[in-house]
Amino acid sequence: MTAIPLPYADDPDTAGFWDAARERRLVVQRCKACGHCQFPPHPFCAACAHAETEWAETSGRGSVWSYGVAHGPTLPGFQDLVPYPMIVVELEDHPHLRMVGSLVAAPDAPINSVAASAIHIGMPVDVTFTAVSDDITLPRWVPRASEGQRP
Amino acid sequence: MNGTLSLKDRTAIVGIGETAFGKAMAQSEEQLACIAIKAALDDAGISPSEVDGLCSLNMENVFQHDIARDLGMKEVTYYSQMPAGGHGGCGTVGHAAMAIATGQAKVVVGWRSRKRSGRASRVWAQLEQRIQGSRDTWLRPWGIIRPVDEVGVMYTRYMHEFGATRDHLANVALAFRGHANRNPKAFMHSKPMSREDYFAARWISEPLCLFDCCLETDGAIAFVVTAADRARDCRTRPVYVHAAAQGFDGGSAILANYFTADPMRSQAATCAKSLWRQSDFRAADIKVAQFYDAFTPEVFFTLEGYGFCGRGEGAAFTEDGGVALGGRLPVNTGGGSLSEVYLHGFNMITEGVKQMRGTSTGQVEQADCCFVSSSDLGPTCAVVLRN
Repeated sequence: MTAIPLPYADDPDTAGFWDAARERRLVVQRCKACGHCQFPPHPFCAACAHAETEWAETSGRGSVWSYGVAHGPTLPGFQDLVPYPMIVVELEDHPHLRMVGSLVAAPDAPINSVAASAIHIGMPVDVTFTAVSDDITLPRWVPRASEGQRP
Repeated sequence: MNGTLSLKDRTAIVGIGETAFGKAMAQSEEQLACIAIKAALDDAGISPSEVDGLCSLNMENVFQHDIARDLGMKEVTYYSQMPAGGHGGCGTVGHAAMAIATGQAKVVVGWRSRKRSGRASRVWAQLEQRIQGSRDTWLRPWGIIRPVDEVGVMYTRYMHEFGATRDHLANVALAFRGHANRNPKAFMHSKPMSREDYFAARWISEPLCLFDCCLETDGAIAFVVTAADRARDCRTRPVYVHAAAQGFDGGSAILANYFTADPMRSQAATCAKSLWRQSDFRAADIKVAQFYDAFTPEVFFTLEGYGFCGRGEGAAFTEDGGVALGGRLPVNTGGGSLSEVYLHGFNMITEGVKQMRGTSTGQVEQADCCFVSSSDLGPTCAVVLRN
């Protein structure tokens, strides 16, 4: 498999997210002073400018906020998988927070395993995790089982 | 704005220069830059030795000191670069105007030179195995790689919220292609496009197809700004920088504006507030405009962000030829990034100047000013030019 671009797992602003993902937990950043939650993580609380934050576990449930389908030409690591869907997920616990993700048919299925025609905005999804390197485990998303067959 | 620091009409664009536009051109980016800048100075009747200011984009590969050496400039007292590539083009006009109005320089050149055909020109193709920064980290590992992927996902949501369709995108692509068909310099001059052609095009990143994306072209464009009193002695009719603004708000993101509280709010809102505060013209007074159009959906966000229509009404604005010549607001009258040339929006600046000189191939006769903006899916900038 040709490599895909991955972040550093030891970046001070984001390491906690990747640590949690390796433990199959999906976290967002929470301000220790005012409790404001934010994602993507960054230094300081955007609500009160407090410097200290912690990682808050989420339920890993969400819904599709938007999506697209990438066709080539694109990076070699993704070219063999086109066309594949790209999704943005709105978190159920934090409706104001969104994450980019991949929608897959099963936890270790490839990122082109769900047909674009099966995706719709508002579709419920659950997080899953895929280890893609020694240090990076990516959160991905599967259609929620209870969703069943859409008419 | 009648304070001493107002920029209003205190400076003017007195020269514009362009190379030919093409693919895989023989010249280097540095040669192209020199050709365009010399042409702009010749247009104004100003010697390179008089240039003391240089403004460009942070993506520019040709350094200001190389330009100064190549063209024999003497003492350069002001230089700056705008960040974020296509989001910064109009900012070079604003910086030039500010530098002159505050006495930092007397003759400022702005330019953009690019060989899109070079592989090094595709930023997204240069990603390293390990990535850093908030934009790459939270997009790329999941396959949102190219700008077109970022904007495509935005437009799926826009369609969902506002009932827009691909037909609205076609309205934009067809209008600008029609303008290019009148412009002999446009890369797509001799290639008419029908709605059927649009819908037959291959996908690049659904919901965006080939004709929703700007051209991949080589070339360079330059302009010359000087003080209004000096401008009146130049060879050309002065085109005054009436208002110039830049802006973003705290939630701003480049193209992939997924993480802010209200992603469908045009990111131009902050810049628009500053621009219209400075300008004697209101959005309703604008009769011709040049928008950044690397991707067709950007036009809707610009229409909404600057108040040419209400939120969510940008797509509908393009119906019945709304942004074509003869429509409610003719936009990108030279063909734009979609059909004239892609140089990070610098052709919008020169087309704005041509409109004010009365020399555009898509001339809007009654226009007394021209609105020009840079990409507003991110930190942005805009100017109002007048004659």
